[in-house]
Amino acid sequence: MFSYLANPARFDRFARIAIPVTGFLALVLILPGAWFALFASPPDYQQGETIRIMYVHVPAAWLGLALYLAMGVASFVYFVWRHPVADVAAASIAPIGAVFAALCLASGALWGKPTWGAWWVWDARLTSMLIQLLLFLGYMALRGALEDEKQAAKSAAVLAMAGLVNLPIVKFSVDWWASLHQGASVMRLDGPTIDPSQLLPLLLMATGFTALAGWLVLYRMRSVIIDRRARALQAQREARA
Amino acid sequence: MSEYLAMGGHAAFIWPAWGLTALGVAGLIAFVLAERRAARKRLAREETEAGR
Repeated sequence: MFSYLANPARFDRFARIAIPVTGFLALVLILPGAWFALFASPPDYQQGETIRIMYVHVPAAWLGLALYLAMGVASFVYFVWRHPVADVAAASIAPIGAVFAALCLASGALWGKPTWGAWWVWDARLTSMLIQLLLFLGYMALRGALEDEKQAAKSAAVLAMAGLVNLPIVKFSVDWWASLHQGASVMRLDGPTIDPSQLLPLLLMATGFTALAGWLVLYRMRSVIIDRRARALQAQREARA
Repeated sequence: MSEYLAMGGHAAFIWPAWGLTALGVAGLIAFVLAERRAARKRLAREETEAGR
């Protein structure tokens, strides 16, 4: 699939179909998801109504990690095979992943205050997720700081790949260290331990947000490709002058 | 209705969490749409320049 989409013309054909599809999926999943999450699901027997924060917190957390994984893989594909579309993908993902990672931390703080009595604790899960956000921001800063585009793309790819190490740390932090954060209740080997009435809105929101992130990334990628074409024309013009 | 909005006394945490998320998502959508407009404009300008 990677080599198929590495051709910019083929990527464009793919994106023209995938953009409306992901956009449509995001709408038809998030709207009922939000309705179930806010109105048609019961409060938790321990957390009460604050469980409704989980329906935005978990999708944001999932995307913070999944988008980083996608950015790391795209960076690897670019670094090894120098496919320009892979670099466009990595560059397009960074700010979107940063926003979702930040939303995860913000909604988590808003849940932590009433539940744990603290907005923030230097806990393994919270700290490793903060590092994930800083990796996105560092990637963007590095790309922006280097004048030479090829050099920026290569250096940023190295940073993105190195940052992949943090993903299992975030995921397993709750198992490896005594953490205040609860363990996994959906992505478990023995199946979800969450009640179906709460699993349904969570899955709708998580899949809907995933479709939304796909839409955002693909939409951005086409814009970045258009912008690069414009810049190439500009470079030609300046070379002639 | 007001009882619903009170969210069992946790309205001050639940609604900001949803509000921030909505704001973040709306901001991202606005950003990618503006970025596309800017890129199209730039390409159109360069194409006219190139055709001259």
